[in-house]
Amino acid sequence: MGNILQWISDNQQIIYIVILMVFVGIEVIGRVPSVLHTPLMSGANAIHGVVIIGAIIVMGKAEADNYLALILGFLAVILGTLNVAGGFVVTDRMLEMFKKKKTPPSLPSSPKEV
Amino acid sequence: MELNILTLCYIFASVTFILGLKMLSNPLTARRGNLIAAAGMVIAIFGTIFLYEDDGHKLGNYLWIFSGLAIGGIVGTLAAKKVKMTAMPEMVSLFNGMGGACAALISIVEFNHLYHEIETSGNIEGHGGKVLIIMLGLIIGSVSFAGSMVAWGKLNGKVNDIAFKGQNVLNLIFLAIALGAAGYLVLAPMHLIIFYVVLILSLVYGILFVLPIGGADMPVVISLLNSFTGVAAACGGFLYDNKVMLTGGILVGAAGTLLTILMCKAMNRSLLNVLIGSFGGNAAATSTGATQQGAYKEISLSDTAMVMSYANKVMIVPGYGLAVAQAQHVCHELEKILEEKGVEVRYAIHPVAGRMPGHMNVLLAEADVNYEKLMEMEVANDEFKTTDVVLILGANDVVNPAAKNDPASPIYGMPILEVEQSKTVIVNKRSMKPGYAGIENDLFFQPKTSMLFGDAKKVLQNLVTEIKNV
Repeated sequence: MGNILQWISDNQQIIYIVILMVFVGIEVIGRVPSVLHTPLMSGANAIHGVVIIGAIIVMGKAEADNYLALILGFLAVILGTLNVAGGFVVTDRMLEMFKKKKTPPSLPSSPKEV
Repeated sequence: MELNILTLCYIFASVTFILGLKMLSNPLTARRGNLIAAAGMVIAIFGTIFLYEDDGHKLGNYLWIFSGLAIGGIVGTLAAKKVKMTAMPEMVSLFNGMGGACAALISIVEFNHLYHEIETSGNIEGHGGKVLIIMLGLIIGSVSFAGSMVAWGKLNGKVNDIAFKGQNVLNLIFLAIALGAAGYLVLAPMHLIIFYVVLILSLVYGILFVLPIGGADMPVVISLLNSFTGVAAACGGFLYDNKVMLTGGILVGAAGTLLTILMCKAMNRSLLNVLIGSFGGNAAATSTGATQQGAYKEISLSDTAMVMSYANKVMIVPGYGLAVAQAQHVCHELEKILEEKGVEVRYAIHPVAGRMPGHMNVLLAEADVNYEKLMEMEVANDEFKTTDVVLILGANDVVNPAAKNDPASPIYGMPILEVEQSKTVIVNKRSMKPGYAGIENDLFFQPKTSMLFGDAKKVLQNLVTEIKNV
């Protein structure tokens, strides 16, 4: 019990971030019109590609004789980049098709929301 | 100094992620939002490569890192550029799987690293927190990877639904063993073999967990796996005390979970119900057995052309059949030719039509269909009363009146497009086979309904020619 409490207090910054981000994530998504759900899912998919940062750190820290770390890290960098690059490009392609359309008057046309 | 700049990069990137997601919520700013998030990601990536320090040591292996980035970047961009819009859902699933695998690989390397560290120092105490995070990243990442691959295979038709008795129990046993073994490692992080057992169990669980779930539920599954990968990425953030990974990961984890729940709500089912797969698997099998016999009537192409040309208002209900047949362009052609004849044409979009929410919107947008012609379910349901002809293109469960009338139906309570309020309903399907829910549709046997069999694209092409001749 004491260990867990200690751990929580050692990592309180991170725990705060997690809690706040959960609310931010929910708030931000809650306003999305259903027509944008697919691009949104795809955009979110690209954003979790941020895991690539971890892959780069693993790769960059691997010693020259640690083949396991080198190979797995290399693979992780490739897969992570696939996620990021593919995700953003697919999302952009989807949204490109929306761009040409005239925006219906019923949708909020002003970027400044009150 | 450099580390401080890196911190700044990370803060900037985190802001772009939040801003990007927010801007994605408005059609006007969506594209810019995506680009902003992408720019933030690029800054975070290059900041990490050049500025990251661990105990005063800079990162090495630049050659490896850059070749990895180049390979992944080129392949990813090309794949994303080339993929057909109809194949988009499986593409998202595939990329999602890549992210999950990346998270799992990081966990594998870090566990090995920790294992050797403990072996040399002999100090087993005080690693619990770190191992816990590593195990979480491993399990969530592997499940997401394996599950996404199965979802990908299912969506492009390479993998069939496989369900057997006791599958749910077996799945839970696998998961329980994996979690138990992971818990054991948290207390005593000295067993490499147990670690790999957890890895394999997680992969198997990921496969078994998606296998029985039917195609209609794939959007929910992909969305859920998407949020899983987000959490797995956040585990990496915990591990390296890296705030940008944490922010991005949790943001997607939370948002993805909400999106998943919203989708389940649109189908009037609980998330648990989808996950256990009773609907997609077993229940579907039993309900197809009780096939309802009834008489339906067919309509010829020329009659369809006639009816539609002389209508005042036509509503098109696109469904999965339209996506499979890639008929969105012909569909737009049909709309234009009807409008030239003075017919008012609108599209009624069910939120879960197709394979992903908003799938139909994207497809029709690709074919240059005007945004204003797409009506959401509630609006469309008011419009059906004044509609002369409803043309259903490969949609089935989303127009099944059983969802309203038959409490025994597995889809009872799901909001549907109430097409039967219109004067005439023409249904284009390839055959009388039931849709993904595996249940009969009373609509097809109603007196005002006529069936127009055939592949959506061919039928529409012929229909356009016929209407020109009317």
